[in-house]
Amino acid sequence: MALMDLANPTRFLALSGRVLPWLAGAAAVTLGIGFVLAFRAPADYQQGETVRIMYIHVPFAWLAMLGYSLLALSSLGILVWRHPLADVAHKALVPIGALFAFLCLLTGSLWGRPMWGTYWVWDARLTSMLVLLLLYLGLLALRSAIDDPNQAGRACAVLTLVGFINVPIVKFSVDWWNTLHQPASVFRMGGPSIHPSLLWPLFATALGFTLLMLTLHLAAMRTEILRRRLRTLEARTAAEAVHA
Amino acid sequence: MADTHAFFIAAAYGASAVSIALLALWILFDGRAVRRQLAAMEARGIRRRSNTGTGDGR
Repeated sequence: MALMDLANPTRFLALSGRVLPWLAGAAAVTLGIGFVLAFRAPADYQQGETVRIMYIHVPFAWLAMLGYSLLALSSLGILVWRHPLADVAHKALVPIGALFAFLCLLTGSLWGRPMWGTYWVWDARLTSMLVLLLLYLGLLALRSAIDDPNQAGRACAVLTLVGFINVPIVKFSVDWWNTLHQPASVFRMGGPSIHPSLLWPLFATALGFTLLMLTLHLAAMRTEILRRRLRTLEARTAAEAVHA
Repeated sequence: MADTHAFFIAAAYGASAVSIALLALWILFDGRAVRRQLAAMEARGIRRRSNTGTGDGR
């Protein structure tokens, strides 16, 4: 099946229906393995046991940024190619990305209190991540504030693309400003600076949460496609009742 | 375990698990509600035009 065939909502429903149980299973197994590895990994020589929070905090941060980047791609699909599945993908992904951004901030705060002595500082990395969460919440609010679904989709796409400037700011904030938050230690020039005994469990949980995000996104997209079919049927029934 | 900050680790994992579980349940129940409404429409004989006669869900 060609990739473009998936752009047909009916084919997407059929294929995603077959893939979804396997994807959910793979996410559960990978996360299970990841958590076992995370709690069997040695404690950090500076952070002690608190390093365990890194195994969820870092994937949440990556997925919040990945989610927003996917929203930006979907926005191009809405504005340039005007494909209905792009708007479906956009709408379904916003609450999921928002949750990951929120959990990134929450777990970071719970790590920061014992390590830095405070839950929060107005440091560039933390502040730009908070802006990312606010952008997600703004998208939720904007879509619910506009009645016309097509207009709402286009408005959300524009806001997404404007807000995308924040994604590289989140990533490079630790390089551009003096921050309390530590600099990049995985995706950096010269390779990861984390010891492999801590790095592999991190990759395992990151893969597990990525599969989980994909599972939730596909499930939410399927519901959204059906919701639009329902809306079309309701509109047609109402129109027929008027003409009868 | 005072120096290991068990409370903060448990709070981080616990809050994450509960939040993700709530989101997953919301997506699940939202899907079920929409499917139920569509089924009710179909039971009243209202279905998509492309669905009429083919019976293959299109």
